[in-house]
Amino acid sequence: MVNRPHGGKLVRRKLGEKVRDRVLEEIGEYPKIEIRDVNAVDVMSIADGVYSPLSGFMMSDELQSVLVDMRLPDDTPWTIPSVLDMDRGSIDFEEGDSVILLSRGKPIARMYVEDIYTYDKAGYARSVFGTEDPAHPGVKRVMEMGDTLIGGELEQIAEMDAPFPDHYLTPHETRVLFNERGWKTIVAFQTRNVSHVGHEFLQKTAATFVDGLFINPVIGKKKSGDFRDDVILKTYEELIKHYFPKEITHMSILRYEMKYAGPKEAIHHAIMRKNFGCTHIIIGRDHAGVGNYYGPYEAQEIFKQFPDLGMEPMAFQAFFYCHKCGNIVNAKICPHPKEHHDSLSGTKMREMLKTGEVPKPHHMRKEVFDALRSFENPFVE
Amino acid sequence: MPEQRKHTTVSIPTPLYRNIKKRIEGTGFTSVSDYVTYVLREVLASLEEGTSEEVFSKEEEDRVKDRLRALGYLD
Repeated sequence: MVNRPHGGKLVRRKLGEKVRDRVLEEIGEYPKIEIRDVNAVDVMSIADGVYSPLSGFMMSDELQSVLVDMRLPDDTPWTIPSVLDMDRGSIDFEEGDSVILLSRGKPIARMYVEDIYTYDKAGYARSVFGTEDPAHPGVKRVMEMGDTLIGGELEQIAEMDAPFPDHYLTPHETRVLFNERGWKTIVAFQTRNVSHVGHEFLQKTAATFVDGLFINPVIGKKKSGDFRDDVILKTYEELIKHYFPKEITHMSILRYEMKYAGPKEAIHHAIMRKNFGCTHIIIGRDHAGVGNYYGPYEAQEIFKQFPDLGMEPMAFQAFFYCHKCGNIVNAKICPHPKEHHDSLSGTKMREMLKTGEVPKPHHMRKEVFDALRSFENPFVE
Repeated sequence: MPEQRKHTTVSIPTPLYRNIKKRIEGTGFTSVSDYVTYVLREVLASLEEGTSEEVFSKEEEDRVKDRLRALGYLD
């Protein structure tokens, strides 16, 4: 059996066919909320059980508990709030009402409004991100949120329109897949970048100790200059096809918007992968970090505070090529000074794409680079 | 906004309390309560391992397998 879901039960919040049809027939009677893409992704994650045991957007007691103790009120570890924000002036319903959540005009869920409450944005930011600096992208997003939060359970009516449907598996589906393959221990690798040899060796090192490797790229809103989602997927497909044993490898996507909350987000990443059935997660240097807001290994150290998380972190330092060792190594196992180390920076990779210069085999696999070059513009505008 | 989490009192024998206090010296634990909380959470989690409530029927599981086969993930 794969790992148990977080909280003990895989949540599924989807309306049955008959009830869904009735709700759609009566849809004119419900107040409606047009929600942003980031919230629509949360709706899907709640409905599919990616956020188990959450069954809706957080109420004030849940938010309070998460911000203060990094736990839900029942003591289950939880570090990143899942909230639905609005401006008070645009609220035309009350606690106790049911409302329809729209994504780009399409009804995607019915929500039971149990709590309408205000919150302290600075306190929220300080707790989640450890800073109130508006230059931090997560803090900036919180400061742009509405002044009021809506909490309550929800049920999905329809899928949001999202790309790569064939690359997405629900936690139920990955659990069935892992069980069918006979995997009991599974390590998750989260990525938001194209594959390179350093990451390949990191993944293979971790996979050596478990039954299966779950490569789980984050698909969603990205910053300008980041690699496009389709580019990330294509390069990983090539890497897996040519260099990973099929029997121990699976890749499917995670629809999610990065919060850049460093250590607290590392715990959240682990919880989501636990719900997909994983038992381990690779946590590298500065996992989910941005700028210099977090220490390089804070995201690894925070796991010590959660003996009951039910996920084992596999902590690694960055992998690189060492000319002296003549091999791919990492800082822990390489005794040589930095001048012997050779890794491919993002800036250098961008230059190579422009000039057509082929990376060295210890930087990037040829098949991966060919896939990368097959895109006219691999970057987010 | 943040308020302190609610706590309650549990009695443990005084010698045990002293032993734990000695045990946590030089570790990251700042109090006996923190240590006891940590250990109890660890114990409870280990007892819960392998137990989970199923919410999917056999038919749903078969549908999932069909999709996984169609996507090439299962033979």
